[in-house]
Amino acid sequence: MARSVKKGPYVHFKLQRKVDKINEGGKKTVVKTWARRSTISPDFVGHTFAVHNGNKFIPVYVTENMVGHKLGEFAPTRNFRGHGDKKGKK
Amino acid sequence: MARIAGIDLPKEKRGEIGLTYIYGIGRSNARKILKNAQIDVNTKVKDWNDEQLAEIRKFISENIKTEGELRGEVQTSIKRLMDIGCYRGQRHRKGLPLRGQRTRTNARTRKGKRKTVANKKKVTK
Repeated sequence: MARSVKKGPYVHFKLQRKVDKINEGGKKTVVKTWARRSTISPDFVGHTFAVHNGNKFIPVYVTENMVGHKLGEFAPTRNFRGHGDKKGKK
Repeated sequence: MARIAGIDLPKEKRGEIGLTYIYGIGRSNARKILKNAQIDVNTKVKDWNDEQLAEIRKFISENIKTEGELRGEVQTSIKRLMDIGCYRGQRHRKGLPLRGQRTRTNARTRKGKRKTVANKKKVTK
């Protein structure tokens, strides 16, 4: 079920704080985050996030089209390399 | 001959059902259209007169996305998902279900016909 509109989109407060800081200060940095469940809000656009996938951080450059999705959608947690083939697909 | 929104014309059916042959119109839209044109839902498609037909056409073209236009919209939304590289987009690319269904078995609608893997070792006991 979708989240109640009344509450507004969920963004982890620490992540929001980091983004606000960048938006004010100007200096662009990669924001390292574990907050995969956070919705991408319009003020994230243009920033790069390093989203944790359980193993490492995946760099995600946020574009306008991504607003409304969650950060985690762009950092896959599983990596299927195919069946069979002893050498394994690269 | 009833020809609406391009290519469609099943004339022996009740209006409510006949309209659903158009891509983008289901039962509820069909009812809405007929109500708007003040036609009984049980009137057969062949019994509609020209005025009623015009009324139906007008309502559809003004209010409902159908056929090519709708298909295009669906395609662009899918393309958008694939372009931004999100999870759903990746699943579209791989032709797997998007909404967390199991794929160990089933999921044949998305995966298509079974492809048997050759040389699978038989379990010997």
